[in-house]
Amino acid sequence: MSGRVRKVVFLLAAAVFAVAFALACTGLPHFGTAVHPYGSKAVAAAVRHRTANVISSVNFDQRALDTLGEESILFGSVLGAVVLLRRARDEDRAEPEPGRVLPSTVLLGAALLPVTVLVGGYVVAHGQLSPGGGFQGGVVLATGLHLAYVAADYRVLRRVRPLAAFAALDAVAAGAFTALGLAGLFAGAAYLQNVLPLGTFNQLSSAGLVPLLNAAVGVEVASGVIVLVAQFLDQAVEIESPETPRATGQGEDDR
Amino acid sequence: MTVLPFLAAAWIFLVGVYGMVTSRNLVHAVGCLAVAQSSTYVLLLGVGFRRGGTAPVFSDIPVGTPVVDPVVQALVLTDIVVGATVTALLLSLVIQIRKRTGTVDPEALSELKG
Repeated sequence: MSGRVRKVVFLLAAAVFAVAFALACTGLPHFGTAVHPYGSKAVAAAVRHRTANVISSVNFDQRALDTLGEESILFGSVLGAVVLLRRARDEDRAEPEPGRVLPSTVLLGAALLPVTVLVGGYVVAHGQLSPGGGFQGGVVLATGLHLAYVAADYRVLRRVRPLAAFAALDAVAAGAFTALGLAGLFAGAAYLQNVLPLGTFNQLSSAGLVPLLNAAVGVEVASGVIVLVAQFLDQAVEIESPETPRATGQGEDDR
Repeated sequence: MTVLPFLAAAWIFLVGVYGMVTSRNLVHAVGCLAVAQSSTYVLLLGVGFRRGGTAPVFSDIPVGTPVVDPVVQALVLTDIVVGATVTALLLSLVIQIRKRTGTVDPEALSELKG
């Protein structure tokens, strides 16, 4: 299909979509409506389970089974990226060259790294109280660690990031979520039901199972993102693909 | 104009799809997919908005304050996580395509190779 035909087909489809969507919008409840039956029920259920952050309550208490699926998707895609980006037979590893870094950059990175990791841990631990939780805090933790790469060097990053340990941690944390759900079964309730003591509203130890699930997700997301970024960094920094020799006329092989 | 936020979501979606249709670079196409997907965030948050409502977090406001719908916000969180993982997986596929065929132009990827 030529580019022109494709554009015409798209414009036709887009016009149909736009008209149908605009018509559907007129049938929706008004923007900013005061009536949110599901929202009101979710807020009431969260307050009953002494969870100040209602979104955490929805994710890790009321719809915890959906979140189990969500974190399994995350785990599966990390696994998929590791398999897709592994070193192929015809590729070599090259030792990365240390680059020149300004001393002020190193200082800033060294000062910010512990602060960022602390903030990440805080966001994970306060998921049941304030905006945040395992997913958000995990990403903060993982990016914080990569300050070692941005502000220093790839070899420094490799020292602060034992990849095999993080890969194992990813799997353990993903399994921990599944295992925590069993607590409900042992207590004679449903899988992933919030059966732990609920604690005091708006205290760190409140909401029963929510902080534990948040911690499991936080560890999983942090180690998953670290493993994921490591695969892409490997491709960019370490792995020498046979492209360079092919460009000069050597190393031609049939694949 | 009470439907404007919903129409904005449709507009973002169509812009993203248009980018994918006309894309000449797979990395660009993955970026366009992310744009198309972000329209769902706008749509969901628009559906959940309550006029005068605040964030559904009761750590510093009294219980009973009108808040926006927390269910759609939790859905958006799921959406973002799944979107990020799909983007990562697609980008690793693009790297593989670049290695195996030497190009990231979808127009040049017309033939099947054994």
